[in-house]
Amino acid sequence: MAARIRAFAAFWYDFVVGDDWLIAVGVVIGLALTYLMSRAAVPAWWLLPLALVLLLPLSLWRAARRG
Amino acid sequence: MGSGALFIAVFLACAVEAVEATTIVLAAGTARDWRSATIGMAGALAVLAIIVAALGPAVSEVPLRGLRLVVGALLLVFGLQWLRKAILRASGHKARHDEDKIFAEQLAAAAAQPRRQAGLVPDWYGFTLSFKGVLLEGLEVVFIVLTFGSNQHDIGLATVAAGCAVAVVAAAGAAIRSPLSRVPENTMKFAVGIMLTAFGTFWGAEGAGAHWPGSDAALLVLVPAIGAFALGLVALLRNNPRTGARREAPVSATTGPAAVAADGS
Repeated sequence: MAARIRAFAAFWYDFVVGDDWLIAVGVVIGLALTYLMSRAAVPAWWLLPLALVLLLPLSLWRAARRG
Repeated sequence: MGSGALFIAVFLACAVEAVEATTIVLAAGTARDWRSATIGMAGALAVLAIIVAALGPAVSEVPLRGLRLVVGALLLVFGLQWLRKAILRASGHKARHDEDKIFAEQLAAAAAQPRRQAGLVPDWYGFTLSFKGVLLEGLEVVFIVLTFGSNQHDIGLATVAAGCAVAVVAAAGAAIRSPLSRVPENTMKFAVGIMLTAFGTFWGAEGAGAHWPGSDAALLVLVPAIGAFALGLVALLRNNPRTGARREAPVSATTGPAAVAADGS
């Protein structure tokens, strides 16, 4: 039973998070900051594109280094 | 986002998933038993239809802002993962997705299993291989249809686009009875990664309360900007020796299953 639960959790982790957890964590932080800035009436549309510009090269660099 | 853009986005994304599902069904049918593979595929499609019927109306009831936040977050994570893989493949840091090779591996694995009849299914392994393949790839199609469709208030059009993609790919697979290696899958995955990332960024930010300059027109800037950025990263990775690149030559699209098997790859 425990093995099946582990396999189920592993399937969803792989389906949602994928190969690099850094991307998922970065997106969640980016969305949280966007929400907080929007609540404070500060323009926040630029935050996610900035997160993308930082996250993608960082993730690629990690993958390329691992080879 | 117009109806045409919605149709093209869903069609391309679903076509990529359909190519992968078709490869699995073809392997199950060729190596094992066509009747079992067909029953497995039909069973998976029935389960997917039930999921769409159950979730479709429920998703439509979710408030748009909350939906966009969750969908945007998921699309952005999926899109960045797709784009990451596509950039690594295009720059030679990862082997290209090769349906011929996958087909040969599936054939070898399927042929090694013993045959066992279960009820109306002549070959249980062929049935489960086909069922699981279609269900897993189909779940991604369902996700794409529900997220794109609900965000644009047009699940019907998204469903038609997905249906067209699956029908075109399945018809091509049935006609040639071999893996669809001539489909430019790596290029399509690159394009789909760009679109998922752009829509995820747009909807995620809106769901979190941000307002885009120019509203929906911001997508017309986001899509080409992300595309140009991704291509720039491909060029950078190709030319940067400091990444210690393990350069893997792209596999020829014309490499046949027999050649791959003989090569032992």
